[in-house]
Amino acid sequence: MDVPLDPAVRALRRAAARSLATRREALGAGMGLAALAAVAACAPPPPPAGGGLDIRALPADVSARDRTLRFSNWTAYLDLSEDAKTYPTLAAFEKRTGIDVAYAEDIDDNDTYFTKIAPQLRSRQDVGADLFVFTDWMINRLIRERLVAPLELLRMPNATHLLDTMKDAPFDPGRHFSLAWQGGFGGIGYNRRKLGRDLRSIEDLWADDLRGKVVAVSEFRDTAGLVMLAQGVDITGSFGKTEVENAFGEVEKRIADGHIRRIRGNSYLQDLKSGNALAGLVWSGDLFSLRAETGDDSWQFVLPDSGGTLWTDNVAVPVTSPRRRNAEALMNYYYDPAVAAQVAAYVTYVCPVRGAQEAMEKIDPALAKSPFVFPTDDFLRRHARVFRALDADEDAEYGARWAKVVGN
Amino acid sequence: MKRRTWLPYVLLAPGLAWLAVFYLAPLVQLASVSLQSPFPGYPGYYYRNVDVGNYVTALGSFGAHFGRSVLYAALATVFAFALAYPLAYAVAFKAGRWRNLMLVAIMAPFLTSFILRTIAWRQILADDGFVARTLGVLHLLPGERITETWVAVVAGLTYTFLPFMALPIYAGLERVDPRLIEAGTDLYAGAFTTFRTVTLPLSMPGVLAGTLLTFIPAAGDYVNAELLGSDTGTKMVGNVIESQFFRVLGGYPVAAALSIVLMGLILVLVGAYVRRFGTKELV
Repeated sequence: MDVPLDPAVRALRRAAARSLATRREALGAGMGLAALAAVAACAPPPPPAGGGLDIRALPADVSARDRTLRFSNWTAYLDLSEDAKTYPTLAAFEKRTGIDVAYAEDIDDNDTYFTKIAPQLRSRQDVGADLFVFTDWMINRLIRERLVAPLELLRMPNATHLLDTMKDAPFDPGRHFSLAWQGGFGGIGYNRRKLGRDLRSIEDLWADDLRGKVVAVSEFRDTAGLVMLAQGVDITGSFGKTEVENAFGEVEKRIADGHIRRIRGNSYLQDLKSGNALAGLVWSGDLFSLRAETGDDSWQFVLPDSGGTLWTDNVAVPVTSPRRRNAEALMNYYYDPAVAAQVAAYVTYVCPVRGAQEAMEKIDPALAKSPFVFPTDDFLRRHARVFRALDADEDAEYGARWAKVVGN
Repeated sequence: MKRRTWLPYVLLAPGLAWLAVFYLAPLVQLASVSLQSPFPGYPGYYYRNVDVGNYVTALGSFGAHFGRSVLYAALATVFAFALAYPLAYAVAFKAGRWRNLMLVAIMAPFLTSFILRTIAWRQILADDGFVARTLGVLHLLPGERITETWVAVVAGLTYTFLPFMALPIYAGLERVDPRLIEAGTDLYAGAFTTFRTVTLPLSMPGVLAGTLLTFIPAAGDYVNAELLGSDTGTKMVGNVIESQFFRVLGGYPVAAALSIVLMGLILVLVGAYVRRFGTKELV
């Protein structure tokens, strides 16, 4: 560019350039400092130290003077009044104990909810909940990482009503950290009318006329678990990488040849509803709500000949909560058979409370007979299996491999 | 005169503070996370490191996803342009008293959630729906379905970002002085020649803005591939980032590395594009 000859103009221009430069430097320095501060502030939290959970490290319990409780749960997991304004059992609990419960339906996915709260939980900062609900494999991860507080079972006499089959959960033997909230089955769902026949085994799903019309849940412990059962693997026992890889390979093959249309979270229901899929590896409760919603009884749920999967959603107290005793009071309350029956009548998943079946007779005699809500020990022994708790390395390895199976 | 020197700083301070806290700090944090290493024996925990292995994984294992992101976004940009230009032209020059109504119609979909609209597309394109049936009868549907194919993903992206293409082009065309177009006619240019030599070049700033506003978010989109695409074969980078971040235990650093690579890739592509098609007029 041409420099003007007038010295005054030249001087002015130099001054302007200098001031610009210093301004830029100042801004640069400021931004640099901010960046450094950001890095310094957010170091990843360290892994838990060895040994058991140090009970003394828990925050002091304030339940006696602070009569409040924050309960985070999944949607449609607590009985709702007909005008959809109150939760009758919860209102009764508040009245009886004087504990004010802030109930939030803010969990809709194990992974996303855990990822959201994990950084705070690991650095022992409040996560906005005194009680939360996770599926068994995720609560397994939390117990393993010592992110949930031990329960004082003496303060929860009703906890003895927990079904025997759920007492010695592989992820929490003796139930020192969690109680089952609800359970459910993984199995085969299909439309009998559209299909014109019944499905009984995983092999039935691979029939030629179902090509591209099969969906499956994105939870590998259910989808691959069902395939493993069909392959004769005991999913409760000491299977390893080979067995898992065999099942993943089978699923991979069925995706590649277009037989499985799509693997999804709960939204596979839309595919069944729209007719894009006629059958699938699904969760029991979903199929029952689909049946209720569409008023179409031809939607069937069966546990395959080779067995279905049984999972539980478990309620636990985060290590960061100072209201453990209020939380325990609530858990104890929901293990009262009469209360549990009221909840089960609404959510229609597997009720984990012994005695609730008798209480259900008075509310809904038909539901009281359903083996998918009140399975007998014998029914469970013959038809359902619980996927064994994975250790940290398996959990990470299989999870990463499964992500590849579904195209990520 | 002296007072003036601090005034710009004061005026800039809120904006700069905003940028520092909500733009620069997260970006630096993202870069730092992308270099972390998994803590041995504790999946899901990390320690600070300079681990370029995350970038090797990002590029090595997910190259196809990057390819799809760029390809689908480019296709969606081309289709959106083809649909939006005539639309914007009509609104700018031919709509008369309908102009405002048409503009509202273009923007109206924004009033509903983008996720809901994409889910609605799954219903529209369902096997038993009108579109799939018609195409099936005409033997134009080789795979016997539209959803769970790349066609649905590109169609979804095109639909989602159409307004981002149409509005800047409209704004560009609206600024064109009609007398220049008249002058073209006066000089015996045919309608097409006038369009090619006068209208189109004058609307280029709008076209350029529109293509950028479509391509950049489309390349980072994951909702369309998630809801309309299949498991293997149509997933884009956004889907992998989501999966690595939320679902793969210990996938944080790889998710961060993928984000940085995607950002760099888009920056390079857009840089080359803008350089090629130049834009002194681009505001």
